Amino acid sequence: MHLATYLGLLHTSLGTLADAFREVAKGHGDEPDVERTCEVLASRIDAQAEKLSPIVDRYGEHRETEPERLHTAEFEQTRTGGVGLLRDLQDLYALSSFTDITWTVVGQAAQGLRDKELMDVVSACEQDTARQLAWLKTRIKQSAPQALIVAKG
Amino acid sequence: MDRWVQSACVLCSNGCGCDIAVKDGRIVGVRGRADDIVNRGRLGPKGLHGSWQAHGKDRLTTPLIRRNGELRETDWDTAMTTIVRRSQDLLAESGPLSHGFYTSGQLFLEEYYTLGVIGKAGLGTPHMDGNTRLCTATAAAALKETFGSDGQPACHADIDLCDALFLFGHNMAATQTVMWARVLDRVKGPGRPRLVVVDPRRTPTAEAADVHLAPLPGTNLALLNGLVRAVIEHGWLDREYVDRHTLGFEELKATVEPYTPEHVAGICRISPADLMRAAEIFGTSERVLSTVLQGFYQSHQATAASCQVNNLHLLRGQIGGPGSGVLQMNGQPTAQNTRECGADGDLPGFRNWDNPEHVEELARLWNVDPLTIPHWAPPTHAMQIWRYAEQGSIRFLWISATNPAVSLPELGRIREILRREDLFVVAQDAFRTETTELADVVLPAALWGEKQGTFTNLSRVVHLSEQAVAPPAGARSDLDIFLDYAHRMGFRDRDGDPLIKWKDAEGAFDAWRECSRGRPCDYSELSYERLRGGSGIPWGGERLYADGVFPTDADYCEDYGHDLLTGASTTPADYRARRPDGRAFLKAAEYTPAQEQPDDEYPFLCTTGRSVYHFHTRTKTSRAPELQKAAPDPWVELSAGDATGLGLSDGDVVRVESARGFVEVPVRIGRCRDGVVFLPFHYGFQAANELTPTEWDPVSKQPLFKISTVRIRRV
Ligand code: SF4
Repeated sequence: MHLATYLGLLHTSLGTLADAFREVAKGHGDEPDVERTCEVLASRIDAQAEKLSPIVDRYGEHRETEPERLHTAEFEQTRTGGVGLLRDLQDLYALSSFTDITWTVVGQAAQGLRDKELMDVVSACEQDTARQLAWLKTRIKQSAPQALIVAKG
Repeated sequence: MDRWVQSACVLCSNGCGCDIAVKDGRIVGVRGRADDIVNRGRLGPKGLHGSWQAHGKDRLTTPLIRRNGELRETDWDTAMTTIVRRSQDLLAESGPLSHGFYTSGQLFLEEYYTLGVIGKAGLGTPHMDGNTRLCTATAAAALKETFGSDGQPACHADIDLCDALFLFGHNMAATQTVMWARVLDRVKGPGRPRLVVVDPRRTPTAEAADVHLAPLPGTNLALLNGLVRAVIEHGWLDREYVDRHTLGFEELKATVEPYTPEHVAGICRISPADLMRAAEIFGTSERVLSTVLQGFYQSHQATAASCQVNNLHLLRGQIGGPGSGVLQMNGQPTAQNTRECGADGDLPGFRNWDNPEHVEELARLWNVDPLTIPHWAPPTHAMQIWRYAEQGSIRFLWISATNPAVSLPELGRIREILRREDLFVVAQDAFRTETTELADVVLPAALWGEKQGTFTNLSRVVHLSEQAVAPPAGARSDLDIFLDYAHRMGFRDRDGDPLIKWKDAEGAFDAWRECSRGRPCDYSELSYERLRGGSGIPWGGERLYADGVFPTDADYCEDYGHDLLTGASTTPADYRARRPDGRAFLKAAEYTPAQEQPDDEYPFLCTTGRSVYHFHTRTKTSRAPELQKAAPDPWVELSAGDATGLGLSDGDVVRVESARGFVEVPVRIGRCRDGVVFLPFHYGFQAANELTPTEWDPVSKQPLFKISTVRIRRV
């Protein structure tokens, strides 16, 4: 069963995503709303990972060898300036979209397996991921015109 | 005394109807208008003394321009030509996003509307906001999130009719004295309503309360989640009303579920019994009126906490009836108009920037290309405007009728921004202020009483303020200044006619009536003629939402709303999918601890606030001898316990210091709860905002003046 592999992947990618949000928070302290919201979202991603943990353990016993290397891109260093902020938020958007679709994949399997516990976790975490994406999109839309048209440096 | 001239007071959001006494072409006093529904003849100390005594003192009467680093006197033509040249150069070089406008909550409706049209249809910049961002942005946001549009549901008469009055973060005795007098009529009279006050300080308002809840600064949302939970838990709700008129009950219930009295008491450091008493008063009184102000608006999770007040009323079906409703208060006298007319960046007439049909409507009205009107993202809020200026992408900043060098958070940073070489700053004011001293061009403006216009108070009551006297020679009304700029810039409509077609206040008002027609804030029935004599008149009738129908219809609403935790916008498609169709939203969020938490280095929580004797940064009130004498200097308030712990007594001078700056002020003992200190924010010297953080609420974008951590030592 490949679900175990996928759960592992999801678990790792949540860790990567939370780190990335924290990194952006740290790198953009001059944008207090970005700093603050990224921290709040990071701690919610930690909570997602925590909810998933027991399920990863449960399926982990049945883990098969990976069909192929599944991994998420790591977030590298934050950038500076208006365009830098925009790029960093876009990177977060990409990472967050990856966990979003991974939750969807896992959710489908949970339904197939009639795993009620996993289904509940997926539904709560999908909502939370939608919130991340919505915030990122809102903030990106706000920043884009200024960064691309008038920002210097 | 030669004559009385009709007006209303512009020193707080109550907007008391008054008459101005004129003798020999000068203002010599004011009196309350007995037939006004707001104040019934009363005036408070600020209105009586502060509204007119500054008029003859220290006025700016000639434009100033910076040459070789110094502000020098110049003439109007030179000043305006300089402004227009810079504006046009920047437009040619980098377009309208290089322009920002930072206005006020103290101008008149006509001035805001004119400025709004200049910004949106003339220049096409989304960078326009008022200092109302600092005072009432959360009121507007909470009303939009819950009811679909701005607009205060309740009215002043509800004070006379309620059985319970809740003041959430509202020290009414200091901020709206005449409103408070109306409360005292009830509290000291027969059939006393029960009074609940939420405030971390034991203010005179709190002393009058049956229940005083003093949560730690930054924990309002936990408290409110606890109150909502208790009301649901005890079944003090009107299930039928909730089912018919609201959306989101199950989510609300789930969100507040963890906030048991004990849990809340632990977070807020209050007694669980007091919490339950307050909940019971809310849950069992026949008619409840709530007001909300800066203690909530300028604090952590401001919009979420303020929405919970709306939710309490919706749960009980207590909205729009006599004596039952909510006033998401305004702070400044004309803040409501900044919001209505689009001078805070929103589209005029409570139109929705995310609704293409609303943008089209404005484009038709103004006869401009809809693409000119900025609507690709939410309007830029003040804190972001300052950030863009700090980063050098806004290079033209026009400040009118406000003093950000005292009123914004983290003043050291604000001064640095204002001093930037690449930022051209226009400051328009009646007096020299901390801000004008840092401007490139200073324009002398007329004051209240020296110009004509209307404004709308905290309960939607519109007053006409007539011109009583001429401004001092050399000063011009803000409206005339904006019109002159528009004229010199040559803003045109699609037919090549002047974009702005009015030439005076009444013409602007009539244009606004058309703009507001059919919108929630519909002024089309009002006119200068109707507003003359008698009382001020509310738009929308005495109360809103008596029928339980809210302006949430997707085609009509002012905003599609936000996630209260992060401020993420709800998309038009998601909003429509919920089919609100006139139902109100029961929105909620979990409590999260504020970013600044006391530690060994900065062990105290500092909150800032108001004194009864002053308004804003004291440009007027410090020039009124009675007010100035009553509160000439800033101070810091400490609890008796904390003072003893630090070995301090009354009058000792201490340094209060945060990570951002410090003030040195004498100590006053009393009023605060242990661990919390208070600084008045009015003073330009030893200014409280040296200490406050650059941080804001995710939804309303209102800065968090009420929470910074500080240390204290004797000097
Ligand atoms: S309560 Fe407000 S509006 Fe009324 S007189 Fe006092 S300051 Fe003026």
